[in-house]
Amino acid sequence: MSKQGLRNLKESAVRTFFLMNGVLTIIILVGIFALLLYSAVPAFREVKIGEFLTSTSWDPTSPVKAEYGILSMIVSTVMVTLVAVLIAFPIGLGVAAYLSDVAHWRVREIVKPIVEILAGIPSVVIGFLGIVLFGPFLAGLFGRTNGLNALNGAVLLAIMALPTIISISEDSLNAVPAAYAEASLALGGSRWQTLVRVKIPAALSGIIAAFMLGMGRAIGETMTVLMATGNARSFPHGLLDSVRTMTSNIAIELGEVPYYTTHYYALFAIGLVLFIMTFGVNLVADLVLSKYQEREQ
Amino acid sequence: MPDLIPRIETRRLNFYYGATKALKDISLVCYANRVTAIIGPSGCGKSTFIRTLNRMSDVVPATRVEGEVLLDGQSIHGPKVDVVELRKRVGMVFQKPNPFPKSIFDNIAYGLRINGIRNRDRISEIAERSLREAALWDEVKDRLDENAFSLSGGQQQRLCIARALAVEPEVILFDEPCSAIDPIATAKIEDLIQHLKEKYTVIIVTHNMQQAARVSDFTAFLMLGELIEFGVTDKIFTAPANKLTEDYVTGRFG
Repeated sequence: MSKQGLRNLKESAVRTFFLMNGVLTIIILVGIFALLLYSAVPAFREVKIGEFLTSTSWDPTSPVKAEYGILSMIVSTVMVTLVAVLIAFPIGLGVAAYLSDVAHWRVREIVKPIVEILAGIPSVVIGFLGIVLFGPFLAGLFGRTNGLNALNGAVLLAIMALPTIISISEDSLNAVPAAYAEASLALGGSRWQTLVRVKIPAALSGIIAAFMLGMGRAIGETMTVLMATGNARSFPHGLLDSVRTMTSNIAIELGEVPYYTTHYYALFAIGLVLFIMTFGVNLVADLVLSKYQEREQ
Repeated sequence: MPDLIPRIETRRLNFYYGATKALKDISLVCYANRVTAIIGPSGCGKSTFIRTLNRMSDVVPATRVEGEVLLDGQSIHGPKVDVVELRKRVGMVFQKPNPFPKSIFDNIAYGLRINGIRNRDRISEIAERSLREAALWDEVKDRLDENAFSLSGGQQQRLCIARALAVEPEVILFDEPCSAIDPIATAKIEDLIQHLKEKYTVIIVTHNMQQAARVSDFTAFLMLGELIEFGVTDKIFTAPANKLTEDYVTGRFG
């Protein structure tokens, strides 16, 4: 075979390989979604969608009347996630700004890898810390009998979301052209003004992405919240109430549920709702981002 | 032209990047309302020198300054000196145009806002004045809300000049301001520099000797971190005292 022919063959082989990778990803994603939809829809033969989403009573194994309302879990998930993000975001952005703009480069070289390792701590370990360390601390602080509540879960999720938020925000702050910072400093801007008025706005797309990824991590996390929040089914009235998030509920019940019952399908339906929620978060993030980038150009 | 009043003076200025000595015992005087050009081959320390004058050199880690830089007779390295205040008095225009990713108006307004000027009318007034001073007003007056990146390279550089003028500095440092723009835009900026010296003290680093000869009143020739010769521009270019200077300005090396 000629040299040219061989090169063309190689070229097309490489191209096909990468194409297949792309296609495979899409197939897997579509497959997961199809399975989720397929397993979730039968639940609504017996349960009305409206009731499913708005009732706060979840008792599928009741001998009298099975109830399938997930509002408490939705509220619990939203509550825990939002509080986690509210805690993690300012701290994360602060640490990122410290690492990119204030810290000596040697400090950064040491701290940044450590932060990134933090991301690899198994969630069960974080949950364990929640049970033995932070839970009792919260219980003592607020004079409760135990500290397994929404706040505990939120703080642990914040800790888990921090590495992502710090790492990506720091990367995007570092990627801001030095010329912007120089221009600001040369005009008599202080380092604080330069950071807040020039660098953070210029890095905003990356910071928003970090925020959303952190939120994604928090919303889908199961093990930590399962261990740390107490898992009461009742509707939460505050951060110190025990809560059961959507993910925890699926994890707790899926192991014991008889297959192909309404209960089984309903658990998938919870998964579907969760999927739609995360999809919504990502969609909003993308829209915000593209709007912002449009303005940039 | 007004009398020669020293505005910026360096005394035995040394500068180190780590262990490397980038500037060696540089002593020279830049006079008010004059243009002083710093010329020399690449890597001679021109940019390093000009950056020590507003302490932008502080930004680079692991560097060190020895000797004195005086602004109106006061050391700029003194313990009481506020570097933020210093940089307001000594503005800077960089090699590559570096507008912020904001509108033309906001680029000018930035320096004013960080100085606590909030009044929109006042900002507009200063913006117009500085854009006129930078000879850019007529080209942008109808598009102040457009992003600064929509301007051409030369316009961006004049915007950066206007931005520096808006905070009313006494001295403006130009670090090879024309190296990234075309000849016509260069001519406009040279013209502008001629006007600026009526109000400001101008120091310009350039690798272009013709540019130094055209715009400056005084010229300093640096080589390998040393000040080889400093004097009236005409003399440097027509009757230099030092052989090295003569070889450089006649194009024998560099």
